[in-house]
Amino acid sequence: MNPFLLLSLLIFLPLIGALLLLIFDEKNTEAMRFWSLGVTLVTFIMSVVLWGQYDPAQGMLLADVADWVPSWNVYYRLGVDGISLPLVVLTGLVSSLAMAASWSITKHVRGYLILFLMLEAGMMGVFLSLDFFLFYVFWEVMLLPMYFLIGVWGGPRREYAAIKFFLYTLAGSVLMLIAMLMFYFVSGGTEDSFNLVALAQRASEGTLMSPSMQITAFILLFIGFAIKLPAFPVHTWLPDAHVEAPTPISMILAGVLLKMGGYGIIRIAFPLCPYGAQYCAWAMVAIGVFSIIYGAFAALAQTDFKRLVAYSSVSHMGYVLLGLAIWKINETTGETLNSDYWQMGLNGAMFQMIAHGVSSTGMFFMVGVIYDRVHHRDLNKFGGLMGLMPLYSGMAAGLFFAGLGLPGLCGFIGEVFVVISTWSFSPPLAILAASGVILTAGYILWALQRVYLGAEYRGPHAEDITPSNGRENAVAAILMVLAVVLGVYPAVLFDVMEPSIRAMAEASAEGCQNAIFQLDQLQASIQR
Amino acid sequence: MLFSQLITKLIQDTTEKSLPLFGVELCLCVTIVLMLLVRLFSADRVLPACITAVVGAAAALTCSWLQYRELFAQSAPVSTELFTGLLIHDNFTVYFRAFLSLFLLLTVALTSLTGIPDEEDGPDFYSLLFGATLGMMLMASSNSLLMLFIAVEMASVPSYAMVGFLKGQKSASEGALKYVVYGAGAAGVMLYGISLVAGTLGTADMSLLSERLAAVAADGSGGLGDPELRTFALGLLMILAGLAFKLSLVPFHFWCPDAFEGASAEVAGFLSIASKAGAFALLVRLCISMAGAEGAETLLTAFGVGLGVISIITMTLGNLAAYGQDNLKRLLAYSTIAHAGYMVMAVSAMVVMLSDTAAGDVSRSVASAMEGLLYYLFVYLFMNLGAFAVIALVRNHTYGETIGDVRGLISQAPVLCVVMLVCFFSLVGLPPFGGFVGKFFIFAAVFNAGSSHSFMYVLLAFGCLNTVFSLFYYIRVLKTMFLETRDEDARPVPVQFASWESAFVLTLAGFVILLGVAPYVMSTTANSAAQALVMLQ
Repeated sequence: MNPFLLLSLLIFLPLIGALLLLIFDEKNTEAMRFWSLGVTLVTFIMSVVLWGQYDPAQGMLLADVADWVPSWNVYYRLGVDGISLPLVVLTGLVSSLAMAASWSITKHVRGYLILFLMLEAGMMGVFLSLDFFLFYVFWEVMLLPMYFLIGVWGGPRREYAAIKFFLYTLAGSVLMLIAMLMFYFVSGGTEDSFNLVALAQRASEGTLMSPSMQITAFILLFIGFAIKLPAFPVHTWLPDAHVEAPTPISMILAGVLLKMGGYGIIRIAFPLCPYGAQYCAWAMVAIGVFSIIYGAFAALAQTDFKRLVAYSSVSHMGYVLLGLAIWKINETTGETLNSDYWQMGLNGAMFQMIAHGVSSTGMFFMVGVIYDRVHHRDLNKFGGLMGLMPLYSGMAAGLFFAGLGLPGLCGFIGEVFVVISTWSFSPPLAILAASGVILTAGYILWALQRVYLGAEYRGPHAEDITPSNGRENAVAAILMVLAVVLGVYPAVLFDVMEPSIRAMAEASAEGCQNAIFQLDQLQASIQR
Repeated sequence: MLFSQLITKLIQDTTEKSLPLFGVELCLCVTIVLMLLVRLFSADRVLPACITAVVGAAAALTCSWLQYRELFAQSAPVSTELFTGLLIHDNFTVYFRAFLSLFLLLTVALTSLTGIPDEEDGPDFYSLLFGATLGMMLMASSNSLLMLFIAVEMASVPSYAMVGFLKGQKSASEGALKYVVYGAGAAGVMLYGISLVAGTLGTADMSLLSERLAAVAADGSGGLGDPELRTFALGLLMILAGLAFKLSLVPFHFWCPDAFEGASAEVAGFLSIASKAGAFALLVRLCISMAGAEGAETLLTAFGVGLGVISIITMTLGNLAAYGQDNLKRLLAYSTIAHAGYMVMAVSAMVVMLSDTAAGDVSRSVASAMEGLLYYLFVYLFMNLGAFAVIALVRNHTYGETIGDVRGLISQAPVLCVVMLVCFFSLVGLPPFGGFVGKFFIFAAVFNAGSSHSFMYVLLAFGCLNTVFSLFYYIRVLKTMFLETRDEDARPVPVQFASWESAFVLTLAGFVILLGVAPYVMSTTANSAAQALVMLQ
């Protein structure tokens, strides 16, 4: 299919589906649910078709460009490469699964489904747009549905959680807006001034921004993305939002929304201000390692099952930041040292994003399944579920092990790649990051023990515990199969990602070297 | 020249040149007279005032549309001086004429939907409304300091009466009285300022300001120590005080919350949008007319930075004060103050760029700053009117205008709630709504002006910070509407989907979205109006 049509349909099909929901009879909730599930499934299938069409060797698959705001050189510019493609497919998949998990929503079903589909459109748009302005618009467009999805259908403290989520993201995106203006005016307000590909090209040649400006721009962008990622200390919205959101929305939050932070760093922040990124590498590595350890300790302390999974996300996304940031250069020549290890770290970070998308989606879903039955999430009031719901418990254990990083499951590959490559950056930090795995094992095994093992169930609503139904089993099984496939044969992803990541890393390294060359010249001229 | 020749020339100038280009204003005048005559002959049972008003506003809109078509089709911008140079007719004027006529039509439509005023008071109310609009159109086209004063008064006096129009309500009288007292004070100060400026420069003609200013600056030492320049600066400051009153900028904003609370929502909407548009047109004209005065650059830069400082204080105070409000009109009054602050950012950036001697040709950057302002005003029309319309429609059913009256409204009037959501998120400045595009244009202009004066970066930072602040109170209202349940004893708001009320507010919301997803609909027009003004200077 023509890439322009295919990419546009990926974004707008959910929107059209949302509009068509208005013609359904409001009482007929079942039909509306199946319709929305159909829309998300078709979107997912199209994303798979896109995967089939994409040839990793070609680099960026660009769609035709259409005018949007000509007087400001804003274009409707879409494209996909090995970095965004896996995330697009993940979005399609997680949306379909979350929609399948949405049968538990019974309040204002139509409103819920419309907002859900709008959210999917926004997420697809973020991963597919290659125009900075367009990217920003989609980034913000997601806020609105998300606010209401948490605020209306969430748990007891939903209003607080929703506004907190909104506020954090808005603050971050305002910083991104300033950075966007910097790029626009620095590049002269020409027709390529919002073009992410062209800007990256110029940054790599060293003709975009001065080194000191790069640092400012990078910090602005990084804060915006770190909020979404989320990294310590701007992660505090996450436990609230994840815990209060309804199960399907928690799945989307953990499975897709967090990845936008990582994607933004690797797609925009690194290529557009390579020197700034390198300059901040140490700080980012430190934040990453601290997030890993902090998230794991925080998870250990939780008694709320969902909060535990939420903190595990903070910990796991720390690996993503760590993998991206282990970029070391020779301070005098500006050459990138151990370039292979850095690329390995980048690959590991990307893989970790997908793997976390699968495992955390699964973990939140599993928490949701039991919550629907017993209506509480207190870890100390579970136990013995293995006997009551054997199939569910088995798959839950599998998905939690995937999160833990058990070899053979998806979580292992990303973590190990990141930790190994961290060794070349700083052995002590690598040891710290690796010790995070032990803590992870600690909280996950302890949680499994308290929830699924034990002689008998000790909480309320014991009579409501019924074995999981076919729909729930199907969702869990799909995630489980993916966790195994990615864990056993990670090349499925690496084959697609590697060429694009290598190109990105090389361009960034060149850009950084150019910037350092400029700095040297500047210094020499001052001394003269 | 003989006296008779002079008279002939004057008549010729008036009838052949000025009056045809004054058609829009004449439409309004004729409508006012017609409405009053209809009542005089007791024909208002057959022909209610609102019908006449709709027809009159539509005629004005058509007329301005024709002027727009004619003027914007020309390759080079032209400007014509009307009435011996008191008014000026150019793309900028026509843009505002069209803007104000469209807004007038929408306001009349809203008032006839909500039934304020009743049939008895119709002619009075609409005469005041049309008179105020006429004044605002004159504000947008004035080319003389004298005309500036007359136009501002022409717009203000009917507004005072409209605020107090809900007779017998204590809050309405209180609001109107405050408005009058403040207005009178501001007008006095402004008139004094005009006399100082006209006295120092020896002219009231705004097209001569920059030339005369340069001459005065060349006479003296040029710096701010020069007594003549200092007098001029004082006069400028006083004129600014008068305009700041109309724009409700801090510290001249005190009337705004009280007047809005006392006035009906329709009038408050009218005041918040139309009078702001007129005052901005005037401010821009004044700033542009001073630009390029050699030797006075330091003075003008200081003026621009001063505007920036006012803008920072205004938006911060507006946004912070709005948070504690319970009355929706009062809340929107503070939001209006904050938005005036955002829009002054664009003017500030414009002045700073114009007075930067080091920069080369700044006309493109200046034009894009002004484009941002014009675009923002256009979006502001729809989003603010939409919000006030929803308040007015809710009031018609619940007789209240507080946050409590809209609690849980989603269960009874989803259309109103969705429109309110669109308008409020647009006011915050979130895509895909028009408010985002306007805000983006203005922020971009301010950032661009940063290369002329680094204070602009501070201004930008405050603008961004305020965007985040403002989310709090807008979302507080939306949260009450959407997330809470309606009180048992609350009066129902039965607004059907298929009704004129819904159609009206949905049209407004549709425009807000359209301006967000397809900005080129308006941005090219705004840009050419702005460019024409800059190039003619």
